[in-house]
Amino acid sequence: MTTNTITKKSRVPDFLPVGKLNKFVRWESFLVIILFGVCVLNSFLSPYFLDPWNLSDATFNFTEKALIALPMALLIIAREIDISVAAIIALSSTIMGLIAAQGAPLYLVVVTGVIVGGMCGLCNGLLVTRFNIPSIVVTIGTMSLFRGISYIILGDEVLKDYPDGFDFLGQGYVYWVVSFEFLTFIVFALVFYWLLHKSIFGRRTFAIGNNPDAAYYSGISVNRHKLILFVLVGLMSGVAAVLLTSRLGSTRPSIAMGWELSIITMVVLGGVSILGGSGTIGGVVLAVILMGMVTFGMGLVNIPGIVMTIIVGLMLMFVVSLPVLISMYKAKRQR
Amino acid sequence: MSEGSPIFRLEGVSKLFPGVKALDQVNLNLYPGKVTALIGENGAGKSTLVKTMTGIYQPDGGDIIFDGQSTRFSSPQDSHKLGITAIHQETVLFDNLSVAENVFLGNYPRKHGVFVDWQAMFDNAQEILISINADIDPKANLGGLSIGQKHMVAIARALSIDAKVVVLDEPTAALSHHEIQELYELVDQLKSEGKAILFITHKFDEIFRIADYYTVFRDGRYIGEGKIKDTNEAALVEMMVARSIEDTYPKLEAEIGDVVLDVTSLSHPTEFTDINLTLRKGEILGIYGLVGSGRTEAMQALFGASYNVSGQIRIDGEVVSINSPAEAIQYGIVYVPEERQKQGIVLELPIYQNISLPQLPSLSKRASVDLDDELTLARRFGERLQVKTSSWNEQVGNLSGGNQQKVVIAKWLATNPKVIILDEPTKGIDIGSKAAVHTFMSELVQLGLSVIMVSSELPEVLGMSDRIMVMSEGRLVGELGREDATPEQVVTLATGGVVS
Amino acid sequence: MKQFLTNSREGFLALVVVVMFFAIGLIAKNFVTISNAVSIFNDTSILIILALGQMLVIITRCIDLSVAANVAFTGMLVAMTNNAYPELSVVVLIALALGVGALLGAINGVFVWLLKVPSIVITLGTMSVYRGMTFLISDGNWINSHQMSEAFIDFPRALVFGMPVLGWLAIIFILAAYLLLRFSEWGRNFYSAGGNPTAAFYSGVNVGKVQFYSFLVSGTLSGLCGYLWVSRFAVAYVDVANGFELQVVAACVIGGVSILGGLGSVFGVVMGALFIGVVNNALPVIGVSPFWQMAISGAVIIAAVIANSRSGKNKGRIILRDRSQAQPPVAAK
Repeated sequence: MTTNTITKKSRVPDFLPVGKLNKFVRWESFLVIILFGVCVLNSFLSPYFLDPWNLSDATFNFTEKALIALPMALLIIAREIDISVAAIIALSSTIMGLIAAQGAPLYLVVVTGVIVGGMCGLCNGLLVTRFNIPSIVVTIGTMSLFRGISYIILGDEVLKDYPDGFDFLGQGYVYWVVSFEFLTFIVFALVFYWLLHKSIFGRRTFAIGNNPDAAYYSGISVNRHKLILFVLVGLMSGVAAVLLTSRLGSTRPSIAMGWELSIITMVVLGGVSILGGSGTIGGVVLAVILMGMVTFGMGLVNIPGIVMTIIVGLMLMFVVSLPVLISMYKAKRQR
Repeated sequence: MSEGSPIFRLEGVSKLFPGVKALDQVNLNLYPGKVTALIGENGAGKSTLVKTMTGIYQPDGGDIIFDGQSTRFSSPQDSHKLGITAIHQETVLFDNLSVAENVFLGNYPRKHGVFVDWQAMFDNAQEILISINADIDPKANLGGLSIGQKHMVAIARALSIDAKVVVLDEPTAALSHHEIQELYELVDQLKSEGKAILFITHKFDEIFRIADYYTVFRDGRYIGEGKIKDTNEAALVEMMVARSIEDTYPKLEAEIGDVVLDVTSLSHPTEFTDINLTLRKGEILGIYGLVGSGRTEAMQALFGASYNVSGQIRIDGEVVSINSPAEAIQYGIVYVPEERQKQGIVLELPIYQNISLPQLPSLSKRASVDLDDELTLARRFGERLQVKTSSWNEQVGNLSGGNQQKVVIAKWLATNPKVIILDEPTKGIDIGSKAAVHTFMSELVQLGLSVIMVSSELPEVLGMSDRIMVMSEGRLVGELGREDATPEQVVTLATGGVVS
Repeated sequence: MKQFLTNSREGFLALVVVVMFFAIGLIAKNFVTISNAVSIFNDTSILIILALGQMLVIITRCIDLSVAANVAFTGMLVAMTNNAYPELSVVVLIALALGVGALLGAINGVFVWLLKVPSIVITLGTMSVYRGMTFLISDGNWINSHQMSEAFIDFPRALVFGMPVLGWLAIIFILAAYLLLRFSEWGRNFYSAGGNPTAAFYSGVNVGKVQFYSFLVSGTLSGLCGYLWVSRFAVAYVDVANGFELQVVAACVIGGVSILGGLGSVFGVVMGALFIGVVNNALPVIGVSPFWQMAISGAVIIAAVIANSRSGKNKGRIILRDRSQAQPPVAAK
């Protein structure tokens, strides 16, 4: 046995020459095909679909959510979840509205919005890591708390006074049809792609998501890593709050109600395993665009938005059941 | 066999897991009123056998014969109904429920046919607990009990039904000397009640104390059986390992140098107290202790993986404070855990990513991982440990247990450590890989590393160590040199006895 | 009794609820009266019933976020049926509500049991789907009180011994839940399946099936609450009970149900729900804007889980036993 290995000094290849089709690559190509189908269908439904300005308009209905879906993907890969994100938007938007009403300059309003988001994320992260409480419970609590604080501050008031130039962030165009919002999304998508797939941080995220114990025993500070992830989600919720507030031009406590669902759906639809450990930013971006296009197409044929929630819900249920159904089918065929 | 016919038999039973034949056509006979000892090393398939007998696993081949009838268990409930009951190695009880309910769960006493009769449950539980000399309040929450007490509850549970076959899977592993004596009395009592008992162990003193018959397994295969009175320890060892101890442990001479690691009065509020040890360059220090003796906990404390630890650790003479594995790795202490799949490796990630995990910062430029450097590292250490794989991108989960262990060791070797702690390094891996791990240990110390090897396999400890320290009940109870250590001495110390 | 109040979480919570009730009475006159206590209980009844169902789900290590959407859908369906066939007896409508609710709950349960999908995802999905279906069947229209039959509206309000039927229903469900969870094997299985699934399997409990039952119960109770809700508020629309699932979960968490499974008592959950009920009722009375309500329940959830995690940490593992029985360790040389 041992002599065999000494004489047979064949080199082990780094990667197998015929790569087994990675299941996430397959999932992404599946998303691309569906997306293509939706676009073709949409262009049949309405001659206005392929108009660049229309397409650009369509991006507004998903970019803010998509900005949060990016860090949320990392968080879910690391086996945690944050359902307080929409409430963070509400709180951050409220605080921005308050200081803007006091006459704060543009930069201060923006920075405050992002920082309030970051602080909320820090609060979630500390509760989860210091007290070892499941993140779902913590964020159910902070979800009420953050939005509740908005209600305490605003009640049924609406804030509308913002500094000059604030409207550009959510409504302006950088070049031709490329809106500032969409550009922001593209930039952050690239940043998070690098973060998850190229950086040390991403490697550690996958290791933690697949086996937190082994990651810890390999010298990774699991708690600190998770804390950073929660802060990232908070910061990006703050960014989304800035863009959304600017786009709407007003703040009320009920802003972004129910967004956490569509954001989590985007992430899961993008192929991120809800149990943690696997997923890609590419998949999430595709899922985001797919959901945007479906919503847009339904708007073209005047289907009410609530039907979209049914479709989103069904998609979510289907997508999470799919792996199980496939493995059941395989097991049956083996017998 | 003149003592009547067996009440429970296995004939040619096999159980397959992906890539492993856990049981390969094994036989077993259990006789009423007799104790049969099932003997085998770790990984011989003993625990799989228990789970197959109790309906947790379904066999892939062979026959289960109960009372002369061939049966199939499709769930644990089926075997339970026939009166087959097991006390599993890991406690499978409910911390949130009362002691009485733990005893009767799945088999509640009823009132009017439907309602759970709590009064009867408490009374019956009390009765059973008294009959086994366990002073435990049946109304207490199980979560507040000690391990030993939980064990007694598990035994009470097994006795709550009119059992015909009782399986005890390494029942003494976590018990104190005193508790073990009580357990023996209990087994004698069960025998006199005519129950057939399967006693799983790898301690020889126990076998000769209580067993009537023996059956030996090795690597998932049935080797032989017979009456205890017709055999002796040497013969059993021969059957168990099929080789003598000397030629399997390739201990090479290494030059022993200065003290690398010096630990003084390392203590933990509940797990261990006052651990003092020194480790020299080029030395293999064996630590022997039973499950629950605090050996793993003490090693994890050295590695910074536990809280509330007091004491002093010096590395190369300098006092260091280690509060996390990350810090331990920086100081050159690494730990190959016993729970390999839980703590050692990330099964879902490829080999090269597992090997590079502890030192990603040194393999990256501006926080981006450099794939070339990473693969070079993986290749270098993977080849050195002779990991058998088709590609360095293979998922670790697809490798055999032995090769997974090699990946863990490769990962740590790549960090260039001073001290490597191996906790049960050969648990559950095949004989070929075992030998490779042992050979490699010898090579490591020749290169000037220091090794602490924690093991509950006597031959391994005796065969590989320069010095042996024995732990019992959270304390170091003795130290023996390589030349003067005998199996008897080590076992006596570990079970709380005194060596003259 | 004293020990019960100070040592157990549930007892402590009960104490807090009672003290809070009387403390508010110091500020607001006419708060501490029997009729007001009854009215608070009656107001909290729906929350209590839903929280009892949710408790089963959480005990088996799952979560049901679709309860409020289930309430909205069943409520709308029952209200529309009543509108279309005003002569139909309330008993038939309640049976319809129970049946539809059970069906919706069973859908969640099947996904969790047979497809092994995490409950949080599946109920997030059904939450949108059920709410969307409410819109589809109603076309976004409201059913107002004048479109409902008298019997339909009157049933939960009818006074029996000074308390409305709604309150009595809550009491019946509290007792039933207590009896089932305490004295039936079916009920005990929720605790074993959630407390230690492996051990439960070893003891012959089908964990997935138990989880299915928990969703079935939660769905059935949600269905009933759908009827109770629209009849009590005499209006049905798509956004009925929007976000109420969080209050339901909050009642459980405050009441000491462990999100990790296996732990939770009927008494605790009722106290958790009453805590929320007293706060909701007290805010307007003591002159605090009702906008505080949300933040308070959020803060209370967080405080409750922190308290839970603290109490769990103190129980360390005890491996070192009484050494008096073992021989003294002696070093050998």
